[in-house]
Amino acid sequence: MGFIYLDHQSGTPLHPKVQEAMIQHIQTIFGNPSSDHQVGQPAAVVLEKARAQTAALINANPPEIVFTSGGTEANNQAIKGVAIGLREKGRHIITSNIEHKSVLNSLRTLRLLDYRVTSLDVDQYGLVDPGAVEKAITPETILISIMLANNEIGTIEPIAKIAEIAKKHKIVMHTDAVAATGNIPVDVQELGVNLLSLAANQFYGPSGVGALYIRKGTPVWPLLDGGTQENKRRAGTENLIGIVGLGQAAELAKEAIPARQARLRALKERLEQGIKARIPEIHINGHPTLNLPHLLSVSVEYIEGESLMLMLDDEGIVVATRSACASGSLRASHVLIGTGMDFATAQGTLVFTLGEENTDAEIDRVLEVMPGIVQTLRDMSPLYKKSGH
Amino acid sequence: MAYSPIVMDHFKNPRNVGEILDADGLGEVGNPVCGDMMSVYIKVENNIIQDVKFKTFGCGAAIAVSSMITELAKGKTLEEAMQIKNSDVAKALGGLPPNKLHCSNLGADALHSAIKNYLDRKAGKIVPQEEGEEHHPEKGGACYCPYCEKQVVEESPFCIFCGKEMPHDHDH
Ligand code: FES
Repeated sequence: MGFIYLDHQSGTPLHPKVQEAMIQHIQTIFGNPSSDHQVGQPAAVVLEKARAQTAALINANPPEIVFTSGGTEANNQAIKGVAIGLREKGRHIITSNIEHKSVLNSLRTLRLLDYRVTSLDVDQYGLVDPGAVEKAITPETILISIMLANNEIGTIEPIAKIAEIAKKHKIVMHTDAVAATGNIPVDVQELGVNLLSLAANQFYGPSGVGALYIRKGTPVWPLLDGGTQENKRRAGTENLIGIVGLGQAAELAKEAIPARQARLRALKERLEQGIKARIPEIHINGHPTLNLPHLLSVSVEYIEGESLMLMLDDEGIVVATRSACASGSLRASHVLIGTGMDFATAQGTLVFTLGEENTDAEIDRVLEVMPGIVQTLRDMSPLYKKSGH
Repeated sequence: MAYSPIVMDHFKNPRNVGEILDADGLGEVGNPVCGDMMSVYIKVENNIIQDVKFKTFGCGAAIAVSSMITELAKGKTLEEAMQIKNSDVAKALGGLPPNKLHCSNLGADALHSAIKNYLDRKAGKIVPQEEGEEHHPEKGGACYCPYCEKQVVEESPFCIFCGKEMPHDHDH
C-alpha cells in the first residue's frame, strides 16, 4: 500500500479471513433463511452461526442479537424503538451532549413527536457524571442513552454505573458501543445495559452491517415493519453476505482484542509522545486514562484541520479531521465544543485511529512529516502571529 | 471533497503568502459560515496594486482562494480590483465544491476591504490597523427555513412546515 492508514474509525480494511468467509458464502449459498426448503435452510444455518459469533463477542445470548445495516440503524432502532414501545409509560429520555449524530438526530425526531429530551453536559474530558444522570430522572423517564466510548475523543464513559442507576429506577439503558466494540472488551452482563449498538466496520468486518443487542424483555418496537425476521424486530430479508462478514469478524475480534489492545496502545503512546515532543501548542483531547487504546485526538493551535489533513494526505498519511470546514454541515464538532473547547482550537483537530496493520515505522514517518506541515500552515495563519509568535 | 487540480495546486503551492510590513491597505475578514479568517495586505502605487500578500486560517479551499485572489489582483488598478467578484475567483480555480463556495466570498471580501482601508487611510479617515471583525457561526443557534422563515430543527432534510427541500449540506 502506498499510504499510511490512520483513519480506522471511518472503516477498517476487511480481515483476509472475513473476506474469505464472505466469498465462500457468495459462492455456495443464495437461499433466503425464511424459506423452509432445501435451498433456504442452509442460509438459515449460516445466519444463526453468525448470530452466535456476534453474541459471543459481547457475552450475550444469540436470540438477543438483531442484525442491522450498521451502527446508525442500531442506534435509531434502540432509541425510536423504545420510545414507541414505552410511549404509554412516559415520554422523557436522557442522553449526553457528545453522542453520535445517529443518537442526537434520532432524539431530534422524537422531539418533533413531543418527547422531552434532557441532554447532559460533560466535563473537560468528555465524561458524563452518573450523579447528573440520576438527578435528571423523572417519573416520565423511559430511556437513558449514553455512549460507551466517544468516537471523536476516545473517552470511555462509566456505563456500568449509569446502568445500575437506570436499573434502580426501572429505566431502559442503551449504550452506543460502536466505537468501542472490537477495540476493547465489551460485556453486556458486566455493563448491565438493556441495549447495545455495534458495527462490523470497526473491527475488520464489512461496512453496512451491524447489530443491536436487545436484552430479553426489553420493549423495543420495530423500526422497519414487514415480515417476522429477526424475532419480529427488524423486517426484511437479511443482508446475509454482510452478516456472515460480521460474524466472522466478531469471532476474530474476540480472540484478538487482548493482544491488539496492548499493541495499539503502545503505538498510540509512541504517536502521542512524539507529537508532544515535536510540536508545541497542541492539546491531547479526551480522558488521560479512561480512553480507547487506538484513538488519539489532537488539536493543533492556530491552524485549521482540513488543510492539515489534506497536506498529510499528500504525504501519504491518511487521517480524519474534526474541523467545521470539513464537516459537511460546516459546524464545529459538538463533541469538542461540548468539552468546553473554544471554536478556534477545535478547528485544528485531527483524529488518528490506529489499526492492526500499523507499525512503529509508520508512526515515525508521521512524526517526521507532521511538524513541518504544521509550521507551514502556522506561518500562513493570521492567528499565529497575532498570538505573539 | 473533490477539489479541482487548480485548487490543489494553489493549496499546495500558495502564491504570495505572508505580510507586507509597510502595507498601504489591510483587509481582515472572518468567514461567518465556519469562523475562519483571512488577511490581505496591499501595496499601492499610482493607483495600481504593486504587491499583495495574504495570511489565512482556513480550509484547503480558503487557502487556494487567498492565493488566487492575490494573483488576480496583482498589477490591477484599484477600480479593476474592486470589480473582482467571488465568482471570478471560483471560476479561475476551476470551480469549487458547492459547500465551499462561501470560502470564495472570503477572498474577494478581504481584497475589497484592503482597498477600502487604503482609500480611507488616504482620505485621512482612519488610522492604520483597523481591528478585523470576527464573526463566529452561532453555536447551537436556531435554524430557519429560507422559504417560510419558520424555525426548524438543525440539519432538517426538508422544512416540516412548508415542505420545501432545505439547502444542501452533505455529511460523511
Ligand atoms: S474556510 Fe472554513 S470551510 Fe473554507
